[in-house]
Amino acid sequence: MTIPLFRATVLVRPKAGILDPQGAAVESALEHLGFSVSGARVGKVVDLEVQGDDEAAARAQVEKMCEQLLANPLMESYEVEIVG
Amino acid sequence: MASPQPRIGVITYPGSQDDRDALWALAALDAEAVPVWHEERELPDLDAVVLPGGFSYGDHLRCGAIARFSPATAAACELAADGGLVLGICNGFQILCEAGLLPGVLLRNESLRFVCRDVRLTVERDDLPFTARCAQGQSLVIPVKHGDGRWFAPEDAYEELAANGQIVLRYDEPCNGSAHDVAGVCNETGNVMGLMPHPEHAVDPLLGSDDGALLLASLVDAARARAAALA
Repeated sequence: MTIPLFRATVLVRPKAGILDPQGAAVESALEHLGFSVSGARVGKVVDLEVQGDDEAAARAQVEKMCEQLLANPLMESYEVEIVG
Repeated sequence: MASPQPRIGVITYPGSQDDRDALWALAALDAEAVPVWHEERELPDLDAVVLPGGFSYGDHLRCGAIARFSPATAAACELAADGGLVLGICNGFQILCEAGLLPGVLLRNESLRFVCRDVRLTVERDDLPFTARCAQGQSLVIPVKHGDGRWFAPEDAYEELAANGQIVLRYDEPCNGSAHDVAGVCNETGNVMGLMPHPEHAVDPLLGSDDGALLLASLVDAARARAAALA
């Protein structure tokens, strides 16, 4: 019997209140292009595949990864999505 | 007879740039400077260890986030837990923050520009193994060269650190957007310190300033005292 494989997407965002100069630069560039934008923030996406007995087990694994490496809780929040 | 030279290691990570300058500076200040490869799990009988500037493992994800898990970093953490002296410079500071040995985190400079120039700093504490040769309030000129040097901690955490005396160095003028212009911090017990400026590049007046030697010579003194105490 093989252990099922789940595809996961992790969204890592700068926490609210943390100055995000990359977001500010992106916003300014968009304004130069003529877009009316505000509140641009730049984060990261990590796509990965993980083995788990079920979706909950896979999610628990990915959350552990976030806590240990993928996000720094001082400055980043994360969201885990199991996509199948 | 002079007491023997203390042994101070300098870790070389893949991407380290300032390891040789740190080795040179420590040797010039009368330490036995010992190169340590990042894969080494045991530190060979060291009194202190320096995590140098530059980069490490590509600094993928976040600066220092991968180096934090290297065998030599684990060994440095053990040395620190044992009361040994650990100094992180620039990328080394980032690694120590990621490893949880030092408070806060280092973010992209507010300007998004790499900053490379001499900066003036004020010494907030002169009773640490890294600052004993300085005087409180003393002004030092030491170069910085970094893109990710904006030190950050949540405001309540900062207040606690300031009250504990863990803020060691401050920029006299805003440098990179650091919270409260913090340039260097130490751990609660004062045996681990990190700073963004590069003392190892300021040990000879020919290079514009030798103020960095005050910090590194303090470290050499403290390492010598530790070696003598353990002998």
